Amino acid sequence: MVKWKDHGSIVLSGLIVGVAAIVLVLLGNPANMGFCIACFLRDIAGGVKLHTAPIVQYVRPEIIGLVLGALIMALAGKEFHVRGGSSPMARFVLGFCVMVGALMFLGCPLRMVIRLGGGDGNALFGLVGFALGIFVGTLFLRAGFTLKKSTPQPKVEGFLMPAVAVGLLLLLVGVPSLLAFSESGPGSMRAPIAAALIAGLVVGALAQKTRLCMVGGIRDALLFRDFHLLSGFVAIFVAVLVGNLILGSFNPGFAGQPVAHTDGLWNLLGMVLVGIGSVLLGGCPLRQLILAGSGNSDSSMAVLGMVVGAAFCHNFGLASSADGPTAYGKIAVILGLVVVCAIGGLNLNKQK
Amino acid sequence: MNELDARGYSCPEPVLMTKAALKKGLPLKVLVDSMTPVQNITRFASNAGYQVSHKAVGEDFEVTISR
Repeated sequence: MVKWKDHGSIVLSGLIVGVAAIVLVLLGNPANMGFCIACFLRDIAGGVKLHTAPIVQYVRPEIIGLVLGALIMALAGKEFHVRGGSSPMARFVLGFCVMVGALMFLGCPLRMVIRLGGGDGNALFGLVGFALGIFVGTLFLRAGFTLKKSTPQPKVEGFLMPAVAVGLLLLLVGVPSLLAFSESGPGSMRAPIAAALIAGLVVGALAQKTRLCMVGGIRDALLFRDFHLLSGFVAIFVAVLVGNLILGSFNPGFAGQPVAHTDGLWNLLGMVLVGIGSVLLGGCPLRQLILAGSGNSDSSMAVLGMVVGAAFCHNFGLASSADGPTAYGKIAVILGLVVVCAIGGLNLNKQK
Repeated sequence: MNELDARGYSCPEPVLMTKAALKKGLPLKVLVDSMTPVQNITRFASNAGYQVSHKAVGEDFEVTISR
């Protein structure tokens, strides 16, 4: 049933993403964090001082590269379609909630896969939660959930997020003194700017071309028995696993995993929130970033929601650390689940 | 000809809308705004045993599904 002709490019892209993640760790990124959309948006929020948690502040060039790589590929493939206006505020709030869940677990779905490939058993709880969340999300979809139509927008609308990415790059390279840089902790562990930017550009371009999406894989498998996107998800895992085995950095276990905690229940619940929120948004955090670079201003709103969510998480002590979740973080995840389910339930369209 | 306008909807709504519209009669013409839903609908319909073709219509795309 699985034909190479149909799935070859997404499998190959997944393998390249996995290799890029391994290489970025070799070059200085935190372990099991070659890529993490949630962590890196959080680092950027800190880099521009939206929060001041000293260990997670850095304007990550990977994110800039992802947006610009998607932009370049979309323009080259004549797929740069500027659209927006599909419930922007709901998308902002969903992005915010997805970030609350991701920082409970300590990673976006992409980093969850990368953590699994590094032997981090805690990510198994995340995976179960993620799949559960996606299942709940598909129930909303089956019941007619929709954030309504987007419509064509002025060209400027689509170029603003890439322009923000270029602006951040100019600040990072030109006037870094304006930005905050962690001196210890995950934010201080970084691959060289050029390498991180190139890795982002390559992965951004490939993800735009292949529509790689962590939430889409399990979602489409559940809804349509369509395993296309899931093959990309699996390919990333395989590449990261093999890379770690070759380098001797595969450390199976639960305790002492890099930038992770061992509270299974809250790892699970955090990813339930990420799963539901991402299904309602129409794609995982990586996919939102790629769409934001391809002219979709609805996804830009989701990305901004994630950035603001990350700032709140650190300003109000909601984000977990290696020591585990915080009490406020647990309350925030529960509230987040209530909010995403309310957005889901209040946007059911029976006529569709 | 059964017609459906799925332009502007997020993933995977165009596919779900197509799935529902298929029950109302064939052939079905689905209008979408990018190649992503074209590919998604094509994968879904060909896996379900339908004949699928698509063509560009201005900025949009028209997917035609038949037996």
